[in-house]
Amino acid sequence: MQPVVPEITRTSVTNLINKGERTDGRALDQYREISLETGVIKKAEGSARVKIGNTQIMIGIKPQIGEPFPDTPNVGVFMTNSELLPMAAPNFEPGPPDERSVELSRVTDRGIREGKIIDLENMVLIPGKKVWMIFIDMHVVDYDGNLMDAAALGAMAALMDTKIPTATVQDDEVVIDYENMQPLPLKDKTVMCTMAKIGKELVSDPSLEEESIMGARISIGIRSDGTICSMQKGGERPFEKEEILKAIDMAQEKTKELFKYLPES
Amino acid sequence: MILVEDKDIVVPGEVLAEGEYYAGRGTFKDDSKVCSALVGLVAIRDDKISVLPLQSKYIPKRGDVVIGKITEVRFSMWNVDINSPYSGILPASDVFGREKRDMNKAFAVGDILFMRVVDVDEVKKVKLGLKGRGLGKFRGGILVEITPTKVPRLIGKKGSMINMIKDHTKCEVVVGQNGLVWVKGKPEMERVVEKVIKTIEAEAHTSGLTDRVREMLNQLLGIEEAEAEKEEEEDFKEELIQ
Repeated sequence: MQPVVPEITRTSVTNLINKGERTDGRALDQYREISLETGVIKKAEGSARVKIGNTQIMIGIKPQIGEPFPDTPNVGVFMTNSELLPMAAPNFEPGPPDERSVELSRVTDRGIREGKIIDLENMVLIPGKKVWMIFIDMHVVDYDGNLMDAAALGAMAALMDTKIPTATVQDDEVVIDYENMQPLPLKDKTVMCTMAKIGKELVSDPSLEEESIMGARISIGIRSDGTICSMQKGGERPFEKEEILKAIDMAQEKTKELFKYLPES
Repeated sequence: MILVEDKDIVVPGEVLAEGEYYAGRGTFKDDSKVCSALVGLVAIRDDKISVLPLQSKYIPKRGDVVIGKITEVRFSMWNVDINSPYSGILPASDVFGREKRDMNKAFAVGDILFMRVVDVDEVKKVKLGLKGRGLGKFRGGILVEITPTKVPRLIGKKGSMINMIKDHTKCEVVVGQNGLVWVKGKPEMERVVEKVIKTIEAEAHTSGLTDRVREMLNQLLGIEEAEAEKEEEEDFKEELIQ
């Protein structure tokens, strides 16, 4: 159940944004403080903890050898899952993933998949039989708005942190050498920028309060060369064409800042 | 023998005193020892020892005035969220008397009301009422949330703190016992009040707070005024150039 938003809060926040200000004193296109750590989970092959303001997500990467999907025998497999932990917010319930959790994992997955970030062709051991499977697991531990950007940034950092064991094929058998770990084959980087439409303005990195009163939101995933690789629209209200074009310009600008948090490579 | 000093921070289970002492709120007695039951600050009054929690949730008490928001409109009552583990109900008869009118026209979901707790029964069903001076629906303004134990500090001795804030900012400020504060004035002043309230919440346990808050108010308002003057000056210059 969505919490009820007081009518006076809706009015005061909207009025403030129409004047170009925000309740926490940020500029309309300003992010909250971002912190990113990698290698925080020892047992995982790759991991990251990302914080945007009070929003916090833990991400772990687990590689495994398995059978590819029958329609794509010559590429590796990767899957993204997310968990909205009940401790993160009063309205997150335990149990099977709900709409928000499915959206979060699918949007993050889309950015990485359509951006062709992981070199999946290079992860085949025996075509049609044995390939590397990469599992990205995201756990939202604290929710204060803008999960999409945090998840996309954290998942990218965790992938860059990942080391997988060397696997070779000998007589149709896969031999895994845990002594020789190597980085996951990556081709590019991607991050995501989310904008919320409140009143007549677009604000980036909406906080929980802003998300609860926004008319609509748009998340844009961008690769390091500036090409758009994913997009997701949410909320009840429509966007006009000009607003989407403006959002893309803002995302191009903001993702440049977000890329700086990722390690060089 | 008292083992702690006034305003010390203690943790649950910590022994505060041994011997003939009264166990006040937030403490319990174990044989002849008085121990803390929560994380908070020690308050010693003669031979009564109590612990004030650093953070708390509002537990409704008859006679309190609270700020709540309508979460549901039902056949003959409104459900109200009063920032507490227990939700309140406002009966329609309390608002309309015997008349029957459209409930939604009076109060809709999302409205903020200032109410009195009329009754709390043994299963913590909270009955609210609107009879009294100043009670009713708020129009405009902003809401600020603080932890309910800090409410007395925000009000100050005989309202000294809250009156000072009102005088300095020319804002209307209403404090509910449940930790919600409603502020209405000029939008920029509302933000100043919000900032000040958050400071008071963070520094409620320190001494000399009223003076520091006055300084902070002067500083915040001073800057605002200076900026306004500057802008006016610039406008004036522009006019001259034209």
